[in-house]
Amino acid sequence: MRAFLLAFLVVAVPARALDEGAVHRLVFGDADERSQAIAALVAEGDPRAATLLRALAEGEVATAGRRILLVKGETVADALTGEALASPPEAREEVVANNRLRREIEAALAALQLVSPARDARLAAARALAGGADETLRPLVRRALAEETDPEVRALLELAAASLELRGGDRQARLSAIRTLGASASPQARTLLAALLETRSDGGFAEPDPEVRAAAQAALRAVEARLAWGEFAGLAFAGLSLGSILLLAALGLAITYGVMGVINMAHGEMIMVGAYATYVVQSLFRAHAPEAFGAYLAFAVPAAFAAAALLGMALERGVIRRLYGRPLETLLATWGLSLILMQAVRTLFGAQNVQVEAPAWLAGGVELFAGVVLPWNRIAIVAFAAAVLGGTWLLLARTRLGLFVRGVTQNRDMAACLGVPTARVDTLAFGLGSGIAGLAGCALTQIGNVGPDLGQAYIVDSFMVVVFGGVGQLAGTVVAALALGFVNKLLEAWSGAVIAKIAVLVFVIFFIQRRPQGLFALKGRAAQG
Amino acid sequence: MKRRTFTRLALAAAVAAIGLGSSALHAQQKTVKIGVLHSLSGTMAISETVLKDMVLMAVEEINAKGGVLGHRIEPVVVDPASNWPLFAEKARQLLTQDKVAVVFGCWTSVSRKSVLPVFEELNGLLFYPVQYEGEEISRNVFYTGAAPNQQAIPAVEYLMSKEGGSVRRFVLLGTDYVYPRTTNKILRAFLKSKGIPESDIMEEYTPFGHTDYQTIIARIKKFASEGKKTAIISTINGDSNVPFYRELAAQGVKATDVPSVAFSVGEEELRGVDTKPLVGHLAAWNYFMSLKNPENDAWKKRWAEYTKAKKLPYASKPLTNDPMEATYIGVYMWKQAVEKAKSFEVDKVRPAVYGQTFKAPSGFTIKMDEKNHHLHKPVFIGEVRADGQFNVVWKSAGPIKAQPWSPFIPGNEKRKDEPALMAEKK
Repeated sequence: MRAFLLAFLVVAVPARALDEGAVHRLVFGDADERSQAIAALVAEGDPRAATLLRALAEGEVATAGRRILLVKGETVADALTGEALASPPEAREEVVANNRLRREIEAALAALQLVSPARDARLAAARALAGGADETLRPLVRRALAEETDPEVRALLELAAASLELRGGDRQARLSAIRTLGASASPQARTLLAALLETRSDGGFAEPDPEVRAAAQAALRAVEARLAWGEFAGLAFAGLSLGSILLLAALGLAITYGVMGVINMAHGEMIMVGAYATYVVQSLFRAHAPEAFGAYLAFAVPAAFAAAALLGMALERGVIRRLYGRPLETLLATWGLSLILMQAVRTLFGAQNVQVEAPAWLAGGVELFAGVVLPWNRIAIVAFAAAVLGGTWLLLARTRLGLFVRGVTQNRDMAACLGVPTARVDTLAFGLGSGIAGLAGCALTQIGNVGPDLGQAYIVDSFMVVVFGGVGQLAGTVVAALALGFVNKLLEAWSGAVIAKIAVLVFVIFFIQRRPQGLFALKGRAAQG
Repeated sequence: MKRRTFTRLALAAAVAAIGLGSSALHAQQKTVKIGVLHSLSGTMAISETVLKDMVLMAVEEINAKGGVLGHRIEPVVVDPASNWPLFAEKARQLLTQDKVAVVFGCWTSVSRKSVLPVFEELNGLLFYPVQYEGEEISRNVFYTGAAPNQQAIPAVEYLMSKEGGSVRRFVLLGTDYVYPRTTNKILRAFLKSKGIPESDIMEEYTPFGHTDYQTIIARIKKFASEGKKTAIISTINGDSNVPFYRELAAQGVKATDVPSVAFSVGEEELRGVDTKPLVGHLAAWNYFMSLKNPENDAWKKRWAEYTKAKKLPYASKPLTNDPMEATYIGVYMWKQAVEKAKSFEVDKVRPAVYGQTFKAPSGFTIKMDEKNHHLHKPVFIGEVRADGQFNVVWKSAGPIKAQPWSPFIPGNEKRKDEPALMAEKK
C-alpha cells in the first residue's frame, strides 16, 4: 500500500526532487560514473539540475556525510530539494571538480541553453559546442539550427553540426560538412579538419575515404589561408603594442638626451617612480574609495607625471646643472642617482614587486577575428602613447616654452643672447622629459611587474630607440620605436624571444656603425647644436 | 688593539645581556651560526623571500625548545639579489667569514650551480629546498625539493591520462636557463617513449624577467588549434609568471581548452594575481597549502602566528607552499642529524642525515634516502581555484624515491645513485 502511494506521489509530482541516484553518482562516483550522471541529469531537463551542475563547476558543492549541499557564500542549501538550511552542518567537505568534469558540465549546460530565449546564452552555448559536440546532442543541435535566426549563433551551430557529421555521417554528409568547415575562418574548423587527416596508431587514416580526405585537405588549406590573415593582424598588433611601449619609454629620453644632450642613466628610474606613483594612487583608492576603483587611473596619470617631473626638476637643479658640458661626469652622476633612487624605493616599499590591480574595464579584450583577441589594456596603451606623443608635439611646436626649448637646442648661446632664460628652460625641459617617463611608468603597471628594478629593463631599450632614431628628433624616435617593436615581434614569432632580443641588439649596433647619426639626422647649421 | 678589546668587551656585554634577557638556563648557552642564502631582491625575490622567513621561523621554534645540542642557533641572512655570481661570493663569505655550520638557500638551478664549487671546495653543507632538473648529486648538498620523477613526469602522465584530458600535444615553455632546458630535455625523451612525435612538441624559451607574452600565447593558440588536445608545460620562473598568466587570461585561453601545468608556480606566486580566469590551470608539487591533515593545520597556524608576530608584509594573508615545506623539512633534518652525530662538523653530520625521517606537513613521513641525498616525496597535482589555492586532483599512493639521474637522459644508466667521492672527481 505504502509503495503504491509513493509511486502515485512520484507520478503525480514528477519534479519533486532531483534523481537522487544520479546526484549521488555525480558527487561520490568515480570519473566515468560522474560523466554518466551528468548526462542523466541533463536528460531530466530539470532547471535545478542546471543549478547543481553549475554549482559543481564553480566549486560550490559540499558534502556532509552522505548529505549533499549547495554552498553559496553564507547560505547553505540541500542540493536535492533546493531548500535552504537553517543550521548547516559545520564539518563540510568540498566536492572537487577537475578540468574534465568542468568540460563535460560546460557542454551539458550548453545543451540546455541552446534553445534559450536570450541571445547571449545561445551564443555562449553555441561557442562551447562549436569545437565538437557530443553524439548525444545531435537532435538538439539540429533543432536549434532549424530555429536559429541570429547569424553569429548560426555560424557556430553549423560548425557544431558539421563536427557531428564528420564523425557520424555518411560519405555525402561528411563531404558537405567539410564544405561548411572550409567556408569558415575559425580555429575550431582547423582543429576538426586537421583531426580528419591524422594517422591512427595502426597506420591507417582517421578518415578512411581518400576522396573525403582530399576534400578535407583542400578545405584545411582554405581555412588556414584565412586564419593566416588573422594571425598576421595579431602579430602586427603585438608589434604596434611593443612599439608604443618603447615610444612611451623613450620619448622622455628623446627630450633630455636628444634635445638637451644629457646622458641620463636615471631615466629608467623616472619610469619606475611613475609606476610607484600609480601604485600609491591605486592603494589609496582601494583603501578609501573602493566604489570608485575603476576611475583610479584618471588620477594616477597626473600623479605619475607630477611625481616624476618634480623629481626630475629637483635632480636637474641639484646635480645635473653643475655638470653641463661634461658628459662623462653626467653619466656617472646619473648612474649613481639611479642606484640611490632604486635603494630608496626598496627601503620605502620593500624589495619585492608590488601588485597594481588593473581596473575592471581594462580586463578581457576584443575578438578581432576568430581566435585573435586584442586585450583592452594593450589597446589602451597604444591610444595613451598616441595621446602623449600628440601632447608632447603640441607642447614643443605650439607653445612659448616649446619655442624656447627648440631655440636652446639649436644654439644655446644665441638663445641666451636673445633673452631666453636658458637655465629655467633646461629645468622645465628636464622636468617634461622626466614627467613623460613617469607616464610611461603609469602605463607599464597595466601589463608588467612593478618593482624597484623596473627601470633597468627599459633603460637600454630607451637609449637604443633614441640613438637609432637620430638624436634630437621626435619623429626619429617615433619611427625607431615602432620599427624596433615590429622587428622584435616578427623575429620573436620566427625565432623565439631570446634570439629576437639578441638579433635586434646586433642589428642596431651594425646600423649605428654604418650610420652614426641615426635614422633621421639634423641637417645644416642646426646640427652643430 | 684598544679598539679590538673594546669590541670584544661590547660583544661579551651584548651576549651577556641576551643571556640575562632569556632564562637563567640559557645564560651560558653557546651559539652556532647557520647561513640563509636567498634572493631578497630582484626577479627571484617573489619566490625566495618567504623561504628566508621560513628558515627563521624554524630556527625560532628550535631555539624556543632549547636549541640544538645545547647551542642557540644564530641565523646569518645575506641577500644575493637574484645575481648568480653574487651567490657564490655570498656563499664564500658565509663559509669563511661567518663560519656557518650549514647553509639553507638557493632557488634557481643556476644559483645552485654557481655556489656548488664553493661548497665542494670549502666542504660546506647546503640544503637546497626547490624542485629541480636532477643531473647532480653533490656530497655537499642535500636536495629537499623534487627531482623530475617526483614532479614533472607524474604531471605529464596525468595530462596524458583520460582524467587529465588525454593530451597528445605539448608546448614546453620555460625561462632560458639550466632547469627548464634540462627538464624539457627529459620530458621530450619521456614523451617520445610514449609515442608522441616531434611535430607535436613545441619548445619555447624567454629571458629572465620577460614581460611580453603576446606573440608566444598567439603561437600557442595556433599550435593548439592544429588538431589533438594540447597542454602547456610551464617552467617559467620568477616574476615573469605574472604577465604570463595575465596574458593567458587576456587572450581567453581557458583551462578546459588548453590547460597549463606549472612546476614553479605555487600559492606564493599566485598571490595578487587575479586567479578567477585561471581556474583549472594546474601545478604539480609535493605539498599544497590546501592539504587537509593535522600536521599541515598546525604548521599553517604557526606560520600565520609567526608572520603576525614579526609583522611580515604577508601577515594579512599568510600562505604556505611547497618550497617552504621543503625548507622546513631541511632545517629539522639538519637538527636531527646534528643531534644524532653529536657534532656540527660537516663530515659527521652528513652520514647522520642519511635515513633521517620527519613527519612533514604534506601528511606523510618523509625520509632522506640512505644514499642519493634526495628525499622520498609524495606527488600531488592541483588545479587553481578562484581563491588562488589548489584543489588536489591526483596524488601518488605514497612517497616516491627520487631519481636524480633521469633514465630519460642517455648515459645516465651508468651513473651511480650516490655522490661521487672527491678523489674520483679529481
